[in-house]
Amino acid sequence: MTTRTVLESADIARALTRISHEILEANKGTDGLVLVGIPTRGSYLAQRIAATISRIEGREIPAYQLDITMYRDDLAHHPTRPSQPTEMPPAGIDGATVVLIDDVLYSGRTVRAALDALNDHGRPRIVRLATLIDRGHRELPIRADYIGKNLPSAKSERISVRLNECDGSDEVTISGGAA
Amino acid sequence: MRHLLDTRSLSRDDALLILDTAEDMSATQQREVKKLPTLRGKTVVNLFYEDSTRTRISFEAAAKRLSADVINFSAKGSSVSKGESLKDTAQTLQAIGADGVVIRHSASGAPARLASSGWIEAGVLNAGDGTHEHPTQALLDAFTMRRRLFGADASRGRDLDGISVVIVGDLAHSRVARSNLWLLTTLGARVTFVAPETLQPYGSRLWPVTVRHSLDEALRADAPDVVMLLRVQTERMHAAFFPNEREYARNWGLDDARFARLPERTLVMHPGPMNRGLEISSAAADSASSTVLEQVANGVSVRMAALYLLLSGEREAKA
Repeated sequence: MTTRTVLESADIARALTRISHEILEANKGTDGLVLVGIPTRGSYLAQRIAATISRIEGREIPAYQLDITMYRDDLAHHPTRPSQPTEMPPAGIDGATVVLIDDVLYSGRTVRAALDALNDHGRPRIVRLATLIDRGHRELPIRADYIGKNLPSAKSERISVRLNECDGSDEVTISGGAA
Repeated sequence: MRHLLDTRSLSRDDALLILDTAEDMSATQQREVKKLPTLRGKTVVNLFYEDSTRTRISFEAAAKRLSADVINFSAKGSSVSKGESLKDTAQTLQAIGADGVVIRHSASGAPARLASSGWIEAGVLNAGDGTHEHPTQALLDAFTMRRRLFGADASRGRDLDGISVVIVGDLAHSRVARSNLWLLTTLGARVTFVAPETLQPYGSRLWPVTVRHSLDEALRADAPDVVMLLRVQTERMHAAFFPNEREYARNWGLDDARFARLPERTLVMHPGPMNRGLEISSAAADSASSTVLEQVANGVSVRMAALYLLLSGEREAKA
């Protein structure tokens, strides 16, 4: 089985910096902006984007996280998953511009679950989606607004996002699949 | 986990998984929309052969907050009063399509029988059986201790290593005391049982517990972080376990004088319902140290966690 590195540490940093600028440009600043990561790696990406935006704008923008375990549509088909903490703005998200952040966009089912979970926290004005990798193979009508890298892949291939915070290094690799 | 029958066989990892999941559940209970879609389409039956208000409504609230359908069954006014056996009731529930059965029964071991009999495929949660165990009560007590002693943010992943817990009262009849003993010991706490000899459980000297007869001695010697009072179960007091209620209150009750001597940070816990003036004074029950109402609120979160962990995933193949 071959493993190929698709993004290295510097590539990931550049992609996140670009996404941060794109979010700011589309939102015309940080007003009403709420960054929400989807655990586990989406949360770390959200923290990095929040740090970059804070640096660019010179004001502190927090990163939040939203656990979607309880909203998954495939709970009955897998062993029980442990849940993760959710942290949302104390003032709620009514009227806010929420940017959901995840590491890989694939079937779209995680994002659907996240939209349901978000709905139980309030009614945002706009919900956007940022993802480090878009690998295609959508099963639902969902698309990302901010994409680090489009990575056309076969379903049999495996894409792994490794981040310093939880894996000790920054890289995106692709492995397996029919040669 | 397939069933939750006792805390004695619960591993430290599984106990912490339930408590940490309960933290996440508790966070959802602070929101305006408290309902989660997690168990949509699942049916939970509350099978109560013994009277209970708080445990039943707690389980009912927990199941409903997870979007499960709830069927309440109480022995009174059912076919049980016509003599139906547990087996036939279980098979009826199987035919209805129950995914989870929450059972309270006066016979110790009834939930284990239900879980191992093959009469029913549902996950079984013990909500109190005879004088055996009441695992969700112990879990919510441990959850409450962890939150109060360490704070909600620092609780995750932590056990109760080194915490001293004094449990006072009718230990002989108490499934809550037993479940707490096993769970707290697994989590690293030190447990002391205080009661007159007539109310000490049979065999307690073989258990990992300090047995004392004097509450004052326990409060002095064990420097408890938690004092847990148990209800004097007058309905189970068919024999004379102590001379009279006033003597019990004087020797083993947390009265105003004893409460005043407790350090401020010592928690006062009671699983309810309380006999005010007997095992606990009103001043103690209504004080800032008392966790009685928190225990009730936490009970819903802990039961949501248990229902989620038992019923949501792919059912493991039958053993």
